[in-house]
Amino acid sequence: MKEPIKPYGDTLNDGMVQLSFTLPVENGPRAMKAAEVYVSQLNFNKISVVHAQKISDGFTYFMVYAEANPSIDYSTIEATEMEFEHMDFYTINALIKETLNRPLRVVGGTIGNDAHTVGIDAIMNMKGYNQDYGLERYPEIDADNLGSQIPCQEMVEYAVRHHADAILVSQTVTQKDSHILHLTELIDLLDKQGLRDQYLLLAGGAKISHELAIKLGYDAGFGPGTLPSQVASLLITKIIERAA
Amino acid sequence: MPQIPINTQQITKSKQLAKEIADQVQLFINDHASVSVERSVLRLYGVDGIDHNDTPLPNRLVEILQQQGDLNGGISRPFASAMLKSGLNAQQTAEQVEQGQLKLDNIANFSSIELDNREQALALEAIKVMDRSNARKHAKIAKNPLPPQPWRYLIVATGNIYEDCTQAESAAYSGADMIAVIRSTAQSLIDYVPYGPTTEGFGGTYATQANFRIMRDTLDKASIEQGRHIRLVNYASGLCMAEIAACAAFEDLDVLLNDSMYGILFRDINMQRTFIDQHFSRLICARAKILINTGEDNYLTTADAVDNAHTVTASQLINEAMAKNAGLTDDLLGLGHAFEINPEIENAFLYELAHAELARALFPDAPLKYMPPTKYKSTDIFYSHCMDTLFNMASVMTHQGIHLTGILTEALHTPLMQDRYKSISSVNYVFNAARGLGDELEYKQNGFIVKRAQQVLDEAEALLERTKLDGLMQTIEQGAFGDIKRPMEGGKGLEGVFEKGVNYTNPVMDLLEGRS
Repeated sequence: MKEPIKPYGDTLNDGMVQLSFTLPVENGPRAMKAAEVYVSQLNFNKISVVHAQKISDGFTYFMVYAEANPSIDYSTIEATEMEFEHMDFYTINALIKETLNRPLRVVGGTIGNDAHTVGIDAIMNMKGYNQDYGLERYPEIDADNLGSQIPCQEMVEYAVRHHADAILVSQTVTQKDSHILHLTELIDLLDKQGLRDQYLLLAGGAKISHELAIKLGYDAGFGPGTLPSQVASLLITKIIERAA
Repeated sequence: MPQIPINTQQITKSKQLAKEIADQVQLFINDHASVSVERSVLRLYGVDGIDHNDTPLPNRLVEILQQQGDLNGGISRPFASAMLKSGLNAQQTAEQVEQGQLKLDNIANFSSIELDNREQALALEAIKVMDRSNARKHAKIAKNPLPPQPWRYLIVATGNIYEDCTQAESAAYSGADMIAVIRSTAQSLIDYVPYGPTTEGFGGTYATQANFRIMRDTLDKASIEQGRHIRLVNYASGLCMAEIAACAAFEDLDVLLNDSMYGILFRDINMQRTFIDQHFSRLICARAKILINTGEDNYLTTADAVDNAHTVTASQLINEAMAKNAGLTDDLLGLGHAFEINPEIENAFLYELAHAELARALFPDAPLKYMPPTKYKSTDIFYSHCMDTLFNMASVMTHQGIHLTGILTEALHTPLMQDRYKSISSVNYVFNAARGLGDELEYKQNGFIVKRAQQVLDEAEALLERTKLDGLMQTIEQGAFGDIKRPMEGGKGLEGVFEKGVNYTNPVMDLLEGRS
């Protein structure tokens, strides 16, 4: 059964979309017209350029409302979804004890030249994020946060030496796709050394989606706003799956 | 001002404790120097440029001296001797030394009076570098005055200095008073200052002397167009604190992020190294009238902003005392703090006001640096924009000095031109609409805000007591700041620290500290 959909404003199938962008031209009637023509070439109808503002010499910022033309068939859409139950701190600890009868060993860090620890710290540090305890706080998890700018080789060696169950990789800087480069480098390194299947591999960061992580060869990916307990839930779920 | 009643005796006592803590560290600093301090001396003597491997000449010369085993006497005297021998200027002499045509070990060929005189002349020239920069900045501000506080601080971070200039022009057009060029990721961890204009960086643009000059020229033009002096900010914290201060003095920078505590905790720089480097860096800033910003705001990104508010206050007090030991005056102290409380906490804004007013009351003459929310920023950019608007209100109400403009896409990407415009339009609106609000308000005695401010000060005082007993380095080892533990012998850069020999000379430092 087909399910055609398009954006919703205040009436079903009105296709209403809001856009904002900058053009490298001086503001004026021609600039406004250029914005309208540009949006029409993106296949929109009933375009109204509601706001145009000079933001520098030769640059104008626009806000535009327009009606989108295409409909898509929702019934044909598939996405890579993570399948796991979000459990709480106590349930997770109990499950780890029951399944492994030893602590779950997790090593994490920010790889490559990325110096940001905000993501990995939110997940791993004792304190956690948004009132949700970090992995270091879990009695059944041995969590080692290596910090930032960890060379991939060092990360792998550490995981081998400490018999890790899982490797958590954070990437915040995405300029020039540096996050993709770093994440790929780690996978290649593990592949080369025949270690890929030894570990659960998780990627996280503001611009990381589960889909991207899967595409790159990771077991899961976590985007912004992820709670430590979500990561821990996924880890124990996967461990149980593997054991079965 | 101050708007909030705080026990003045308690303030005096806390400042005394901080002074004693800073003086303990100073005893260690006085007996040591570092490769970076020596390289800064060479830069101030006029040595610049790179060798065929792109290694800066200041690094090469210090390495040569180190390989000879003569570093503990400092670079100044061997270099002065090499100049006497070559009869050339500093740059040409450095090139000859680098090429092996001249040695750094022939001190014995000259009388100590000849060497003293040469060193003194070089040091006086170095001082002039700083004084001339200060004079140029004064002249610019006389023509295009400084705007009222809070100063609107905006970042650019494209990786390409020329694209940064386009972004900075736009920011200035929309109302920016200060432009900070974010450094390329991890520059703080490289033990040299890159050379020349750069067009590729990650998460930012390399701090190089050439990039400083290119952006300063752009902002000089923007200042004339806008009729207000637009200040240039860069970042010194890391392994090259003093060298970046020297480069900044050559190129008329107005502000440097300059904080060892930040380097130790957030970049894992060795604490001994960076306390030594910081002192010389701050001496240069004091002379060239470069305003320093400190990084206490970062503590609240790793530790809880309510539970650990007092660590920010304690660190500000210590940073103030260390800055004063380097001759920095109140008007040059951009002590840092932040608006980082979880927005879901009831009365989060009241806590923020209490913390902001406490900082204001403790440092009434310092242009405090106020950092916008980052930790709880959402990828819902419209929600983030609302958070920034409330932050703008807190800033103008509590008379902050340097307002780091929050960007609605903080949690997403380095700012687009339009992101910056949206953010500053909120700042302009709130600052204008509520300019005099803080002067109209008094806080309720024994109300929530006053009690909270008092509690933070009490906790800060207790932490200072403990830090004084244990020593600052030991307290950092225990993880008292930002919930991060750093060992005294750990981190990056310790190998660049050395004990000053009996024959150590650094006449630039002597002049800056008023010893000769």
